[in-house]
Amino acid sequence: MKYIAIQAGDFDPGVESAALEALGGGGVATFTGVVRGEGGLVAMQLDHYPAMTQAQVERIVVEAFARWPLLGARVIHRVGRLAPGARIVFVGTASRHRTAALASCAFLIDWLKSEAPFWKKEHFDDGASRWVEARAEDDARAQAWKS
Amino acid sequence: MAGLTILYFAWVREAVGVDEERIDAPAPDASIAQVIATLAARGGGHAEGLGDPARLRAALDHRFAAMDTVIGAARELAIFPPVTGG
Repeated sequence: MKYIAIQAGDFDPGVESAALEALGGGGVATFTGVVRGEGGLVAMQLDHYPAMTQAQVERIVVEAFARWPLLGARVIHRVGRLAPGARIVFVGTASRHRTAALASCAFLIDWLKSEAPFWKKEHFDDGASRWVEARAEDDARAQAWKS
Repeated sequence: MAGLTILYFAWVREAVGVDEERIDAPAPDASIAQVIATLAARGGGHAEGLGDPARLRAALDHRFAAMDTVIGAARELAIFPPVTGG
Protein backbone atom coordinates (compact mmCIF):
# COMPACT_ATOMS: atom_id res chain seq x y z
CA MET A 1 0.00 0.00 0.00
CA LYS A 2 1.51 3.29 -1.11
CA TYR A 3 0.00 6.63 -0.16
CA ILE A 4 1.53 9.92 -1.29
CA ALA A 5 0.03 13.35 -0.74
CA ILE A 6 1.39 16.81 -1.53
CA GLN A 7 -1.01 19.15 0.25
CA ALA A 8 -1.44 22.55 1.89
CA GLY A 9 -3.45 21.21 4.81
CA ASP A 10 -2.33 19.58 8.03
CA PHE A 11 -2.33 15.84 8.68
CA ASP A 12 -2.77 13.65 11.76
CA PRO A 13 0.28 11.45 12.41
CA GLY A 14 -1.83 9.17 14.62
CA VAL A 15 -4.28 8.49 11.81
CA GLU A 16 -1.42 7.86 9.38
CA SER A 17 0.33 5.50 11.79
CA ALA A 18 -2.92 3.62 12.49
CA ALA A 19 -3.42 3.06 8.74
CA LEU A 20 0.00 1.41 8.63
CA GLU A 21 -0.66 -0.64 11.78
CA ALA A 22 -3.85 -1.96 10.17
CA LEU A 23 -1.76 -3.67 7.50
CA GLY A 24 -0.90 -6.28 10.11
CA GLY A 25 2.86 -6.48 9.59
CA GLY A 26 3.64 -5.92 13.21
CA GLY A 27 6.23 -3.18 12.65
CA VAL A 28 5.60 0.49 11.89
CA ALA A 29 8.20 3.29 11.79
CA THR A 30 7.27 6.95 11.40
CA PHE A 31 8.99 10.32 11.11
CA THR A 32 7.26 13.69 11.50
CA GLY A 33 9.05 16.92 10.57
CA VAL A 34 7.97 20.12 12.34
CA VAL A 35 8.80 23.80 11.64
CA ARG A 36 11.33 25.09 14.18
CA GLY A 37 10.63 28.57 15.55
CA GLU A 38 14.22 29.61 16.20
CA GLY A 39 15.86 32.96 15.49
CA GLY A 40 12.67 34.99 15.12
CA LEU A 41 11.22 32.78 12.41
CA VAL A 42 7.56 33.60 11.81
CA ALA A 43 6.84 31.42 8.77
CA MET A 44 8.33 28.73 6.59
CA GLN A 45 7.29 28.88 2.96
CA LEU A 46 7.38 25.61 1.02
CA ASP A 47 7.50 25.92 -2.75
CA HIS A 48 7.50 22.97 -5.11
CA TYR A 49 7.30 21.96 -8.77
CA PRO A 50 3.69 20.84 -9.03
CA ALA A 51 3.99 19.00 -12.35
CA MET A 52 6.90 16.93 -11.04
CA THR A 53 6.54 16.55 -7.28
CA GLN A 54 3.99 13.75 -7.03
CA ALA A 55 5.69 11.59 -9.66
CA GLN A 56 9.13 12.16 -8.16
CA VAL A 57 8.00 11.23 -4.64
CA GLU A 58 6.34 8.14 -6.10
CA ARG A 59 9.68 7.13 -7.65
CA ILE A 60 11.33 7.48 -4.25
CA VAL A 61 8.65 5.32 -2.61
CA VAL A 62 8.97 2.70 -5.37
CA GLU A 63 12.71 2.66 -4.69
CA ALA A 64 12.03 1.99 -0.99
CA PHE A 65 9.76 -0.94 -1.90
CA ALA A 66 12.49 -2.32 -4.15
CA ARG A 67 15.04 -2.20 -1.33
CA TRP A 68 13.04 -3.49 1.67
CA PRO A 69 10.18 -5.95 2.22
CA LEU A 70 7.50 -3.35 2.93
CA LEU A 71 3.76 -3.79 3.38
CA GLY A 72 3.05 -0.09 3.15
CA ALA A 73 4.48 3.42 3.00
CA ARG A 74 2.78 6.76 3.55
CA VAL A 75 4.42 10.07 2.62
CA ILE A 76 2.77 13.43 3.16
CA HIS A 77 4.57 16.69 2.35
CA ARG A 78 2.92 20.03 3.00
CA VAL A 79 3.40 23.07 0.78
CA GLY A 80 2.58 26.75 1.22
CA ARG A 81 3.15 28.96 4.25
CA LEU A 82 3.60 27.20 7.60
CA ALA A 83 3.93 28.66 11.11
CA PRO A 84 6.46 27.52 13.73
CA GLY A 85 5.23 24.30 15.31
CA ALA A 86 3.37 23.24 12.18
CA ARG A 87 3.98 19.78 10.81
CA ILE A 88 5.77 19.82 7.42
CA VAL A 89 6.30 16.21 6.49
CA PHE A 90 5.27 12.71 7.47
CA VAL A 91 6.94 9.45 6.48
CA GLY A 92 5.65 6.09 7.70
CA THR A 93 6.54 2.55 6.73
CA ALA A 94 5.15 -0.86 7.70
CA SER A 95 6.92 -4.20 7.51
CA ARG A 96 7.10 -7.60 9.17
CA HIS A 97 10.69 -6.69 10.04
CA ARG A 98 11.62 -3.79 12.30
CA THR A 99 14.96 -3.24 10.57
CA ALA A 100 13.19 -2.83 7.23
CA ALA A 101 10.62 -0.43 8.69
CA LEU A 102 13.26 1.71 10.43
CA ALA A 103 15.77 1.77 7.57
CA SER A 104 13.17 2.50 4.87
CA CYS A 105 11.72 5.33 6.96
CA ALA A 106 15.19 6.92 7.27
CA PHE A 107 15.83 6.39 3.58
CA LEU A 108 12.57 8.08 2.59
CA ILE A 109 13.16 11.21 4.65
CA ASP A 110 16.78 11.45 3.48
CA TRP A 111 15.73 11.23 -0.16
CA LEU A 112 12.81 13.62 0.30
CA LYS A 113 15.37 16.18 1.46
CA SER A 114 17.66 15.86 -1.54
CA GLU A 115 15.74 14.13 -4.36
CA ALA A 116 12.34 15.84 -4.40
CA PRO A 117 11.57 19.29 -5.87
CA PHE A 118 10.78 21.31 -2.74
CA TRP A 119 12.34 24.60 -1.67
CA LYS A 120 12.05 26.26 1.75
CA LYS A 121 12.06 30.00 2.40
CA GLU A 122 12.29 31.36 5.93
CA HIS A 123 10.48 34.55 6.94
CA PHE A 124 11.57 36.43 10.08
CA ASP A 125 9.91 38.83 12.50
CA ASP A 126 12.08 41.76 11.30
CA GLY A 127 10.68 41.38 7.78
CA ALA A 128 13.75 39.64 6.40
CA SER A 129 13.48 36.42 4.45
CA ARG A 130 15.93 33.96 2.98
CA TRP A 131 15.90 30.78 0.93
CA VAL A 132 17.26 27.84 2.88
CA GLU A 133 20.57 26.60 1.48
CA ALA A 134 20.95 22.92 0.75
CA ARG A 135 23.21 21.33 3.36
CA ALA A 136 26.18 19.20 2.36
CA GLU A 137 25.33 16.90 5.26
CA ASP A 138 21.86 16.18 3.81
CA ASP A 139 23.37 15.50 0.41
CA ALA A 140 25.90 13.14 1.94
CA ARG A 141 23.15 11.21 3.75
CA ALA A 142 21.20 10.79 0.50
CA GLN A 143 24.34 9.77 -1.37
CA ALA A 144 25.18 7.18 1.28
CA TRP A 145 22.04 5.21 0.32
CA LYS A 146 23.37 4.96 -3.24
CA SER A 147 26.61 3.16 -2.40
CA MET B 1 5.79 25.99 -33.56
CA ALA B 2 8.38 23.93 -31.74
CA GLY B 3 9.59 25.56 -28.58
CA LEU B 4 10.81 24.96 -25.08
CA THR B 5 9.03 26.01 -21.90
CA ILE B 6 11.39 27.21 -19.18
CA LEU B 7 10.27 27.13 -15.55
CA TYR B 8 12.06 28.80 -12.64
CA PHE B 9 11.77 28.04 -8.93
CA ALA B 10 12.80 29.54 -5.58
CA TRP B 11 15.40 32.35 -5.70
CA VAL B 12 16.02 31.71 -9.39
CA ARG B 13 12.37 32.58 -10.06
CA GLU B 14 12.64 35.71 -7.92
CA ALA B 15 15.83 36.85 -9.68
CA VAL B 16 14.58 36.21 -13.21
CA GLY B 17 11.24 37.79 -12.33
CA VAL B 18 8.90 35.31 -14.02
CA ASP B 19 7.66 31.80 -13.17
CA GLU B 20 7.75 30.60 -16.72
CA GLU B 21 8.62 31.62 -20.25
CA ARG B 22 8.71 30.07 -23.67
CA ILE B 23 11.72 30.16 -25.99
CA ASP B 24 12.36 28.99 -29.54
CA ALA B 25 13.56 25.41 -29.65
CA PRO B 26 17.34 25.31 -29.16
CA ALA B 27 19.64 23.44 -31.56
CA PRO B 28 19.00 19.67 -31.41
CA ASP B 29 22.33 19.00 -29.74
CA ALA B 30 22.20 21.89 -27.26
CA SER B 31 22.78 20.97 -23.62
CA ILE B 32 20.99 22.31 -20.56
CA ALA B 33 24.15 24.25 -19.70
CA GLN B 34 24.17 25.90 -23.13
CA VAL B 35 20.51 26.93 -22.85
CA ILE B 36 21.17 28.40 -19.40
CA ALA B 37 24.20 30.33 -20.73
CA THR B 38 22.11 31.73 -23.58
CA LEU B 39 19.40 32.84 -21.17
CA ALA B 40 21.93 34.38 -18.76
CA ALA B 41 23.40 36.40 -21.64
CA ARG B 42 20.16 38.41 -21.81
CA GLY B 43 21.45 40.28 -18.75
CA GLY B 44 19.34 41.82 -15.98
CA GLY B 45 17.42 39.33 -13.85
CA HIS B 46 18.36 36.49 -16.15
CA ALA B 47 22.06 37.16 -15.57
CA GLU B 48 21.47 37.46 -11.83
CA GLY B 49 19.50 34.22 -11.57
CA LEU B 50 21.33 32.13 -14.14
CA GLY B 51 24.86 33.55 -14.23
CA ASP B 52 26.40 31.05 -11.82
CA PRO B 53 25.55 27.56 -13.11
CA ALA B 54 27.37 25.88 -10.21
CA ARG B 55 24.52 27.04 -7.96
CA LEU B 56 21.83 25.62 -10.25
CA ARG B 57 20.12 22.30 -10.81
CA ALA B 58 17.70 21.31 -13.57
CA ALA B 59 14.92 18.98 -14.59
CA LEU B 60 14.03 18.03 -18.15
CA ASP B 61 10.42 16.96 -18.71
CA HIS B 62 9.94 16.44 -14.95
CA ARG B 63 13.11 14.39 -14.39
CA PHE B 64 16.25 15.69 -12.69
CA ALA B 65 18.95 16.03 -15.32
CA ALA B 66 22.67 16.79 -15.29
CA MET B 67 23.81 20.06 -16.87
CA ASP B 68 25.42 18.29 -19.84
CA THR B 69 22.15 16.56 -20.78
CA VAL B 70 21.08 17.28 -24.35
CA ILE B 71 17.68 19.00 -24.63
CA GLY B 72 16.69 16.96 -27.69
CA ALA B 73 12.93 16.77 -28.10
CA ALA B 74 12.14 17.76 -24.51
CA ARG B 75 9.31 20.24 -24.01
CA GLU B 76 9.97 21.59 -20.52
CA LEU B 77 13.18 22.65 -18.77
CA ALA B 78 13.02 23.66 -15.11
CA ILE B 79 15.91 25.56 -13.51
CA PHE B 80 16.25 25.90 -9.74
CA PRO B 81 18.63 25.82 -6.76
CA PRO B 82 19.46 22.54 -4.99
CA VAL B 83 16.30 21.25 -3.35
CA THR B 84 15.62 21.75 0.39
CA GLY B 85 12.48 19.77 1.22
CA GLY B 86 11.80 17.27 3.97
